[in-house]
Amino acid sequence: MVNSTVGVIFSNIHDENIPQLSRQRTMASIPFGGRYRLIDFALSNMVNAGITTVGLVTKYNYQSLIDHLGSGKDWDLARKDGGIILLPPYSDETDTPYTNRLEALKGITGFLMRRKEDYVVISDCDGVARIDISDVVRYHVENHADITMVYHQEVGENDSPYFISLTPDDTGRIKSLQINPKVTGEYNLYVNIMVITREFLLSIIQDAITRGLSSFGRDILVKNVNTLKIYGYRFNGYYAGVKSVQKYYQHSMELLNRDVRAELFGARDIYTKVRDSAPSKYSEDAVVKDSLISDGCIIEGRVENCILFRGVKVGKGSVIKNSIIMQDTVIGSGVELDCVLTDKNVVIRDRRHLAGCEVEPYFIAKGRML
Amino acid sequence: MLRKKECVAMLLAGGQGSRLYALTNNIAKPAVAFGAKYRIIDFPLSNCINSGIDTVGVLTQYQPLELNEYIGNGQPWDLDRAFGGVHILSPYQAKKKSSWFEGTANAIYQNMNFMKKYNPDYVLILSGDHIYKMDYAEMLRAHKRTGADCTIAAIEVPIKEASRFGILNTNPDGSIYEFEEKPKQPKSNLASMGIYIFTAEKLFKYLEADEANPASSKDFGKDVLPAMLNAGEKMYSYRFQGYWKDVGTISSLWESNMDLLGENPAFDVGDSAWKIHSRNPLAPPEYIGDNAKVNNAMIALGCEIDGTVENSILASNVIVEEGAIVKDSVIMAGTVVKKGARVVYSIIDENVVVEENATVGETKENGAGIAVLGRQITVSAGVHVAGGQILDKDYKGE
Repeated sequence: MVNSTVGVIFSNIHDENIPQLSRQRTMASIPFGGRYRLIDFALSNMVNAGITTVGLVTKYNYQSLIDHLGSGKDWDLARKDGGIILLPPYSDETDTPYTNRLEALKGITGFLMRRKEDYVVISDCDGVARIDISDVVRYHVENHADITMVYHQEVGENDSPYFISLTPDDTGRIKSLQINPKVTGEYNLYVNIMVITREFLLSIIQDAITRGLSSFGRDILVKNVNTLKIYGYRFNGYYAGVKSVQKYYQHSMELLNRDVRAELFGARDIYTKVRDSAPSKYSEDAVVKDSLISDGCIIEGRVENCILFRGVKVGKGSVIKNSIIMQDTVIGSGVELDCVLTDKNVVIRDRRHLAGCEVEPYFIAKGRML
Repeated sequence: MLRKKECVAMLLAGGQGSRLYALTNNIAKPAVAFGAKYRIIDFPLSNCINSGIDTVGVLTQYQPLELNEYIGNGQPWDLDRAFGGVHILSPYQAKKKSSWFEGTANAIYQNMNFMKKYNPDYVLILSGDHIYKMDYAEMLRAHKRTGADCTIAAIEVPIKEASRFGILNTNPDGSIYEFEEKPKQPKSNLASMGIYIFTAEKLFKYLEADEANPASSKDFGKDVLPAMLNAGEKMYSYRFQGYWKDVGTISSLWESNMDLLGENPAFDVGDSAWKIHSRNPLAPPEYIGDNAKVNNAMIALGCEIDGTVENSILASNVIVEEGAIVKDSVIMAGTVVKKGARVVYSIIDENVVVEENATVGETKENGAGIAVLGRQITVSAGVHVAGGQILDKDYKGE
């Protein structure tokens, strides 16, 4: 069954969630969890479900993404037949790249038509979860569904710019579907992963073109919820929606929780780019507590409740707390940081003191020198 | 134009490494883990690719399974090539005879066709027993500059240890006038590193001759090099200055691991100008817990540390539970040190379980030596493994 599924990943949708981190990159290539990028979770879920062909829909700023993926070998996706297939913007009638998901899908009809798989799993890159996609496909086939949308039960407000909430009936069939509703209590958040029958997908794309439709959510899902067979697949595991910088910080810190780590990484099947860094080194005077440390780090100071990406250096006498420090950032000596989020290649000179707070971490952009 | 490679490397990786005891029960010495994420063979392979040599034959014989799997298609070292790349060369059955590799020279001789396929001008002979970083391209330049037929990399060793090595006696210009294999009274302290560059046609000629000589033990150091010297071929030494360590014994393996630690380590694996490539573990960053103490240590991905780790090297996915202590030790991948257990001055192989409150090893000062636990064994709760003890089976106490 899994061999009859092809993957499609949208790399740019939701870029506006985290403008700070997506200014120079796609949502897909936002670093997460010390040595990963957000796309690693979507890709690994697909690969672990036996999917060997993944179309990657890009729009702009995708250099870092291409650099990250390389030939796809680190995900076992360097294949003669299939593998990772980049789908950059393609337009035949207008000169502007796509502005919504339907136009993007229209741009990849050629790819979808050439594939022979029966089902398409479409995933965005705004979530961190380890989901058994093959089980979603099985559920989709069992229900003879047109579309199966994966949802996760959430509680409380949702302030992300765009989200869909689902209401399934007892059989799992979606009876109502709302875009950006006002939510307070429990609700079922669509996690932007769906399985869709390929022929059906092609037919709705064609239909949307002829009728000039523009929104996949509004014009297709919401309008046809009663006539189409749309099912909801409830995912009960750990799901982190990266909807804002605050959420990014909060969910990153959740990785310090043993159970969260066990669920995401316990099976050791989340793939990422290999960098050949040396193992991390802890000096004679290092003090490290409750932190995730990636390879290539050199720690000579104090690190508490932090996530250090690859190749970070923490100098003598520095105290770094509650912070996320991205790749190759160099922190001098006598520095104090609390609730700081640095992008890659930041340099923080000796004796600087910087602090944010948990709801508003102090952000330092890529390559800045302070 | 005939496709060719200027220099082909032949890596002798058949060594059993019997002085590593339990650590090489099931694997060849070049596959032994080193430095938290590497294996010994990563060093010569990385040296090759960093020196621009992209064609490497790896000669295996003893317990090749894991080594073959580790090398795979060579991709981690960028040695997956359409023409060239890394190739495992195992003993094979030919039409007239089949035989194991009999000596270092015979092993290379038996793979003459592999080398000739690349029509090389030079052949670099390496062994898989040492930890070092070396630019073979620099050595090749020296070989061409002197017009040598054979160039031998050499390093100065303490004179009292010189009788353990092949010693080169040289003229001031570096040319070799005498070669002594493990001399009782060494005349110099210039030791051969077992790294040779031959002008290919000379190598082929002397390998043929050596093979035809029934009295030969078919060894480079004992037979081929002396034969070339006696015949008046131009042989030069190439002085290497830098870190070079044979990790063929338990104590040298331990010392070499410890040489990675400290602010200015004797050997730096984190040098971005000379990356050591390896097959990387698929694991998240290591987690250091609230009650952990980690000092002067090198720790690889996937570790979960809640106890105390001091002066130690921990490979990927090692677990040190709360209250456990690991000191002055080398712990290989996947090993678990449970609550209250204590590991001191030890080398512990992969996937070992040290149960609660067990103690392994004794301090270096005690003089009993390094305790060694072979792979996949379990040390029962509360028992003591004495210093210097070497175990390759589950241990429940005396």
